[in-house]
This record gives sequence, structure tokens and C-alpha cells, in this order.
Amino acid sequence: MTHRGSRVLHVGSLSRVEGEGALTLHVHDGTVTDARLEIYEPPRFFEAFLRGRSYTEPPDITARVCGICPVAYQLSACAAIEDACGVSVDPAIRDLRRLLYCGEWIESQALHIYLLHAPDFLGRPSAIDLARTHRAEVERGLRLKKAGNSLMELLGGRAVHPVNVRLGGFHRAPTHNELSSLTEELKRALDDAWETVRWVAGFEFPDARVEADLLALAEPDTYAIEGGTPTALRADGTNSPFPVRDFTEHVVETHVAHSTALHSRLDGRLHLTGSLARFAVNGRLLSPVALEAAVEAGLGDPREGAVCRNPYRSILVRAVETVYAVAEALRIIDGYEPPAHPYAQVPRVAGVGHGATEAPRGLLYHRYELDADGIVKSALLVPPTAQNQGAIEDDLHRLAQRAISEHDPDDDELTALCERAIRNHDPCISCSTHFLDLTVVRTSDPSAGGCDV
Amino acid sequence: MALKLGVFKLASCDGCQLTLLDCEDELLALAREVEIAHFPEASSAMAPGPYDLSLVEGSVTTPEDAERVRAIRADSRHLVTIGACATAGGIQALRNFADVDEYRRTVYAHPEHISTLATSTPVSAHVDVDFELRGCPVDRRQLIEVITAFLAGRKPDVPDHSVCFECKRRGTVCVTVAHGTPCLGPVTHAGCGALCPAYHRGCFGCFGPSGTVNLPALIPLLRRDGLDEDAVVRILRTFNAPAFDKELRK
Repeated sequence: MTHRGSRVLHVGSLSRVEGEGALTLHVHDGTVTDARLEIYEPPRFFEAFLRGRSYTEPPDITARVCGICPVAYQLSACAAIEDACGVSVDPAIRDLRRLLYCGEWIESQALHIYLLHAPDFLGRPSAIDLARTHRAEVERGLRLKKAGNSLMELLGGRAVHPVNVRLGGFHRAPTHNELSSLTEELKRALDDAWETVRWVAGFEFPDARVEADLLALAEPDTYAIEGGTPTALRADGTNSPFPVRDFTEHVVETHVAHSTALHSRLDGRLHLTGSLARFAVNGRLLSPVALEAAVEAGLGDPREGAVCRNPYRSILVRAVETVYAVAEALRIIDGYEPPAHPYAQVPRVAGVGHGATEAPRGLLYHRYELDADGIVKSALLVPPTAQNQGAIEDDLHRLAQRAISEHDPDDDELTALCERAIRNHDPCISCSTHFLDLTVVRTSDPSAGGCDV
Repeated sequence: MALKLGVFKLASCDGCQLTLLDCEDELLALAREVEIAHFPEASSAMAPGPYDLSLVEGSVTTPEDAERVRAIRADSRHLVTIGACATAGGIQALRNFADVDEYRRTVYAHPEHISTLATSTPVSAHVDVDFELRGCPVDRRQLIEVITAFLAGRKPDVPDHSVCFECKRRGTVCVTVAHGTPCLGPVTHAGCGALCPAYHRGCFGCFGPSGTVNLPALIPLLRRDGLDEDAVVRILRTFNAPAFDKELRK
């Protein structure tokens, strides 16, 4: 029986991603005519209920968009509101924010590498199942993740929705001794992160290439995390930076019928944010230890122009970024001097502010409009996955088409391929997922005599 | 025969089920004790019910989820809600005090495509619940305690006194008495370990109201410590708005 012909492949939902989404693939005469990632996470209306809240509240409130990357929301919110109020924080506070963010990067990247992504490469349903045969590796992943959480718990109070972040900085700055108490665990984590690089470097990677523009924040002299200038690396290799205040002129969101997330385009083209984009835009600014890890991972040397556009290999970039984040945390702790005051005063000012930071999954932009009483008049949040959705669908389209053209996979195989294609991009749809429920409708193909399932 | 555990999600941020994955030291041990039969975020292998223990994260905000939570209940020997969304409606319950159609038009260009209910309600508004674990997010230690208790067939040891008790045990100087910081600690359910005051911050009520609470008595203290009327409303209408509202109306 041939599977080619015309069919509609519907995947009710996906596992090992943070997202309540479905997938529909339309195939007509062996040609993929439509590949859609349908995000149906129930709407929660953050942008609506933020109106009328005090300007001090978005860091805590928007954290609740996402339990996986609350620090990203807290710090994008702080950046945008401080921008509206004309405040810039001193370097000691910036360092502490970066340190907290390193904790989230370590925790989130380790979660994705070990619990969500690696099982795909090893043909297993979960890390828990994987532990039966690869117990040391899974324990290493959990230990690495825990080191990130320890950092978040010490500096933020807890790993999910930390309580210590506030406008202008922190409610309480840690003492030197408190931070130093993490050094031993982080040194162990650096070894674990290195072992992670070596482990994932041994996986098998299918060929694939994302053609989308890559968008990441950039700083002149460091691998951007807690701020920077949005910089697009075009498919033709040119770099175009633009001010964060112009973000919505370049990244335009549209609401498509099949999604409760909003789709976006960068200057009319598909774009991708996240690890692949950061590595392409900023890789040359990685620290020596992380550059060494990149070479070890087989990614090449970004100082010599190495770029990774293979989404399957994004796990390598995440592993390199984890090495970077652990080493960066150790560096910040080593040079830590508590700030004179844990937070800068942020006066109430009527105006509009823009802020963006690099969430583990990519660039997260916030914009707030405030009145003179410090009340939020309007809010806009543009998360990475909403930006990535178009590029993810493009990737699905291409990978599905290639498989159909090359070897005509059956529905189960095609479904598995599509799921992997999505997990490669680590979508965070601020939610979990249900089981995969596959509906296939095949219409008769005059040349092949297909069947209906 | 290992007990079967299911983890389910409605409208939420994922933070409470992530808290289970954040039990790094206990996760593999737990997996030896129970069969993690349904936990989509962590595993693509999904076994059908019935489940001995189902943990439900998130609130009911769509007609589909109202159906789904009934199906989960029917498939579960014990059903435990985890977190403020599943237990009190969560931050998204702010729609309950507003016009959801206006919300829809504010966020989406094509509101006609968005299926949602006018309210965000806790799981207990739809089905019987065996235990409600509070928190935005839940506390890792309490989550392990609840799972352990249900596995052992005993009642979870989760006290329902206020955060103040934990604060005293922690030895934290009272932020209200010493600094005049507005704090919901006296009326908020314990469980976080009194985190915020330890970070020089007033409690903002993310665990919802404690078991025996006289909320109206706290309002004059909040006003005394500098919160105007709007700010009092805002602090009570955040992560557990319907639950605090109910206490005010008692």
C-alpha cells in the first residue's frame, strides 16, 4: 500500500514539549501543501489584565506566563519598565541579574537536553525510561539541572517564580559568603556540563537546515543574556541591528485562526530566535571555555564564522550554552562585590518603555505604557515561541516533504518525524501537552488508489 | 503492582508540574515506586487510566477543559490539584472581575477564533477533589509529602496555618513590625517556608488564604503601612483572587 496520494495528517498534541499544540499536515499528490503547528493552549489574557496594575507588578505577574522561564519574564519586564521610567541600573545589579539568568539557562537547557530532547536521539519515551540503561547520564542531567535551581533558589528564593526580583534590582542582595557557598556545586556542574557536550556530540544527527533569518540580542563585548540590541542575521549573511524600541516595526505579529499564540514575521520574513540564533549572532563572544566546548561538540569555531543551522544539532548549542552559563556564574560569583543598595529607585513616569532579554528559548520582548500614577495603560509581550512558530512550520514542511519524496514513510513514522522536528526547536507554549492523537484522512489518489483511515 | 500516577494540565504556566521535575533527588526514586503512567511533559509513553493518583495543574477556562476534568476524575482513584490555578483559579481568574469579551478583543485580532469561558475556575468547582495543594507555584517539599502520603494511604501533613508561623520558625524579623512593610503573611496559607520576608519583602499571598483567617482585620494594617485602596484590591486580586475575595465577603 502506498501512503503517498493525498492525506491529511493530524497530530492532536505533542509530548516532551512545553506546549498545548497540535499539528496538521496536508499532503496532496505526494506534495506537502500545508504544515501547521496549531497552538491551542487556553488563552490567559495577560496583556488584558495587566492594564490597571501598578508598574511594580509586571515582573511578578508576567513570570506566571511561564514556569519554565520566569526569570526571562521578570527581567524583560524590569528592562521595559525601567526604560519607560528612565532608570539604568548599576553594573553590580546587572551582574546579579545575569547570575540569576545563568541559573535559569542552566536549569532550562539541562531540562531540555536530558528530559525532553535526548530521548529522541536514543529512541526512548522519556528520561525516566532512559535511566534504566543510562542511569549515570540521567543522574548527571538531574545534577546539572539542580545546580541551576540552586542558584535560582539562593538568589531568587525559589526556582519557579523567584520572589527576590523587583524593579531596579533585588529586594535583598546576597552576601559574598552566600554566593560563595554555591562555588563547589557549580564547579561540579562545569564538569557535568562538559560531559554533557561530549555525550550529545556522539548522537546521530540527520541533515537539515533552517533557512529563516536568525534574531538575537547582541552586546559589543559579551554573549548577550539580560539585554542588548536586537540583531538579525539574514539568510544572505548580513547583520542588521535595530533599536529595541523599534521591535514591533520589524517583528510584526499577526493572529492566525489556528492558534492562540500570535504569529510573527521579521521584516516580512520567517525568523528564528533561541540557541541557534544566539550562537550565530554572538558565538564569537563566548568565553574561551565555551569556545573550546563548541569545537569539542563539532560545531566549529564561531570566531572563524562557524554557524549552526541544523535544528537537530541545536542540542549541541544548548550544551555549549550550558557550559558558558555555568562558567559565567562562577566568574560573576568570584568577582562579586555586593551593590551599595540592592535596588535603584524607579520613579513613576508617564511614558512607554521597551525591554528584551534572551530567554533560554529566545528573544523575549516586553512593552509597557504607563501613566503618571505608575499604572499600566497597555502591555505587549512577544515570546520567543510565537516568533519561532513560522520557522518551525517551515521546518516541518521541509522535513516532511523530504521524507515523503525520499521513502514514503507511513503515518507513524511521519508523525514521529514531525514531533522530533518540533522538539528540536524546544517550543515553550507555556503549558504541557496531551497524548498524541493521530487522525489521518486520506483521499483517494487517482494514480495511487489510496485509502481512508 | 506499582501505583499508577497521572499528571494533567489545564490552563496554567507549567510551573507546578515542573516542580515535580525539580525534585531531582527524588525523581528516579519515585519512578521506582510508582508507574508514571501519564506525564506528557516528561514522557511520550502514555498509558491509559485508571490512575491511582492524578495530579492536576491549571484552571478550567474552556468548555473542552470542563469536559476533560470530568473525564480525568472518572479515571482517577484519587485526584489532587497542584497549585493556585487548579486550587483557586489562578492569575487568569482576573477575568472573573472583568468582561472576557473585551479581553478577547484586546489580545487577539480575530477574537471569534478564541474559545474561552467567561471565568477561570478551580477544579473543585467541577468535580470532587481529594486534596488541594496550594501555591504559585507549589512547594517542592510539600509536593513530595502529598505524593508520599497518598502512596502510603495516609493524610498529607500539610498544615493550614499562616505564613507567620513559618516566619517565626525561620527566625526572620517581622517586616511589618520592624519596617512597616505591608505583608499578607498573617492571612496567607503556609507552605513556601516564609520566603518573601526572608528576602526583606512582604508576603504577597501566592498560597492563598490560610485555614482560619480574619482577612478584614488585616485591611486597616495594610492601609496604615501605605497601601491605598486600589493597592489593597490589587494585592488581594493577584494569584488567588477568588479565594481572597471569598474571605472578604464572609
